[in-house]
Amino acid sequence: MARELVTGNHAAGHTLALAGEANSAARGCCAGAYPITPQTEIIEYLRRFDFTKGRVVPVESEHSAMGVCIGASLAGARSFTASSSNGIAYMVENIFAAGFYRLPIVMIAVNRTLGPPWNIWVDQGDSLMVRDAPWLQFYCDSHQDLVDTILLSFRVAEDSRIMLPTIVAMDGFVTSHTQMVVDLPEQEQVSAFLPVCNVGHRLQHERPTTIGGLTWPRETEHHRIEIQKSMERVPEVLTEAIDTFEKIFGRRPAGVLAATQTEDADTVIIACNTIARTLGNVVKARRKNNERIGMVRAKMFRPFPRAELISAIGSAKRVGVLDRNHSPGSGGIFWQEIAATLRQCPDVLLQNYLVGLGGGDVTPEIIDSIIDDLNGRTESVEPIWKEIAA
Amino acid sequence: MTTTAQGNQETAYCDYLLRPGNTNCAGCGMSIALQWVDQALEGEKPTLVIPACCGIVTAGAFPTSAYGAPTAAATFASSPALATGISTIAALNEETQPVICWAGDGGTYDIGLATISAAAERNENMIYICYDNEIYGNTGGQRSSATPAGVVTSTTTSGKGERKKDIMAIMAGHHIPYAATLSVAHRDDFIRKIKRARATKGFRFLLILSPCPTGWKSEPEDSTELISMAVRSGLFPLYEIFDGVRYCINKRPDGLAIDEYINRQRRYRAVAGDPTSLQAFIKDQWHHLEGMVKAFPATDEDGDR
Ligand SMILES: Cc1ncc(C[n+]2csc(CCOP(=O)(O)OP(=O)(O)O)c2C)c(N)n1
Ligand code: SF4
Repeated sequence: MARELVTGNHAAGHTLALAGEANSAARGCCAGAYPITPQTEIIEYLRRFDFTKGRVVPVESEHSAMGVCIGASLAGARSFTASSSNGIAYMVENIFAAGFYRLPIVMIAVNRTLGPPWNIWVDQGDSLMVRDAPWLQFYCDSHQDLVDTILLSFRVAEDSRIMLPTIVAMDGFVTSHTQMVVDLPEQEQVSAFLPVCNVGHRLQHERPTTIGGLTWPRETEHHRIEIQKSMERVPEVLTEAIDTFEKIFGRRPAGVLAATQTEDADTVIIACNTIARTLGNVVKARRKNNERIGMVRAKMFRPFPRAELISAIGSAKRVGVLDRNHSPGSGGIFWQEIAATLRQCPDVLLQNYLVGLGGGDVTPEIIDSIIDDLNGRTESVEPIWKEIAA
Repeated sequence: MTTTAQGNQETAYCDYLLRPGNTNCAGCGMSIALQWVDQALEGEKPTLVIPACCGIVTAGAFPTSAYGAPTAAATFASSPALATGISTIAALNEETQPVICWAGDGGTYDIGLATISAAAERNENMIYICYDNEIYGNTGGQRSSATPAGVVTSTTTSGKGERKKDIMAIMAGHHIPYAATLSVAHRDDFIRKIKRARATKGFRFLLILSPCPTGWKSEPEDSTELISMAVRSGLFPLYEIFDGVRYCINKRPDGLAIDEYINRQRRYRAVAGDPTSLQAFIKDQWHHLEGMVKAFPATDEDGDR
């Protein structure tokens, strides 16, 4: 294992390439590649990589990038791509198609604000836009988490019990363009961890079927139910994958979420990606002052881990959700999911804070002021805008 | 198992590229064209990639499939992108069956144009076949940029004002190794061109004028005759373009007037009795084509024509 100082994009590109290379003994790998800030370096890395049995196709749009991935995956190959922001928006039709085809494609989403007006900084609204697509979604808080989650994603997505594509998200610039020391995996480890990709329903001349043609309501209902059932199997399959991962790599990545000091907490704050790391420091500092506070890092967004979240929150009286995304007319998108989950816990005061939209720097001071606000509340109100630039 | 004679071979129905039970309307050009593609491939089965269009409805509803070949239904604009992925993996695994995109004019001239252009520019290894019925058939008959001037559709109710787009010139501009127009009234020429496309590597573009009684408001039994008239009158020239720069005309017009072609299709009712705009189109088209053939003729190296 090489410990190296690399950017998030480098770490992602490297890990995708090794995963693709690991499928050389089977049908190979293929990626559709199209640039957009801040993910561009990932597809540049992939284009430079010398695959034994693989190809990275420089297409004319994100719609086609996903189209190429769909074709390659339908032909039985391991397939992956990366995008951000308007690239994901442009890709949406084929994002849904990939999921409905049940193809285990892995896509890195380097979270960036949607435009116009153009803003290249972080905001999770891009990948959350496709929350209703049949894709798993993971949100990573560090470079190491990113590497590990990409590897786990291939293993889970390609598992015959799941067969669904997966988005692995990181913060634009804050993760993609900063360097951290990372345990970068070796090819042998990746090849040992990932079984070869087997898309059982791939196009085959021995079995000429039409994939994706017409269906009646009955078959469509079954199709959706099957997808839901596969989603429900994810926590179990993911745990198995993490067990195997630990044996090969000697570390244990976070699973569906990561709870810290929530057991005896009165106040629990939930956040994802790098805000969760800043939050971790704030919680640590407040614990030193004997505050009964804990946190949950939201990691898996699809399927949404309701049971795990409820048990992580424990007996907290107040829960605050920090959202760096916004569904106009509603509020934060993580908050919506958490509110739906906590309907089973009517005594919990749940408050949403919209913070860091458009990439504003969410500092420990800002998080402190949010916690102070939450602790002083006797009832929840509509989502609160915590303006950073104000 | 029921078998039937196809050429000299006994072929089971289930082995046809287009099987019985497909949903094509009576007199649909796709029915002829798909059978001829099958015959030209002499038993070899392609992988089909079909975007949203009548051609995917042809397959029927899951779990049945009227296509006797592995078939992927692509989103409307994506067939050459999917075909790129499929043919890439086929090449990496040394599989030789051709990958064929089978798409309507909407998926080709309109929504898919950027995707086709990109796949052609990369010279991806696929045969792209557009069955051009000059209308959006699947959605009930709206205009496309392949709809000729004067034609009534549900979105050009007093006749389309604009001329048909020259997709062959656009494809030639990509310097693809082979592009050709095909007629479902000229079997030998059709079969030869499919074989030619099969034997060529890279991006191959084939344009079929495909009769559509439902959209053309014509009689199903007139379908092949209408195409024959389109070729004879010069409305639909049969030609080939090699590497985007060498032209060869396979059939010249024999002087047949365009009037009867128009009069037999109620889609031309807005210009009934007035063939002038089509005549002008034919004249301009041949002016361009003859000029190209004269300046850039095909050579002996382009083989049988
Ligand atoms: C993105 C998208 N927009 C619109 C449609 C609806 N649609 C399906 S088929 C079609 C027209 C197809 O026309 P053409 O390609 O000419 O093929 P034809 O139906 O005539 O065979 C349209 C508009 C769609 N499926 N996807
Ligand atoms: S509408 Fe036209 S193209 Fe579509 S199946 Fe019927 S005849 Fe063929």
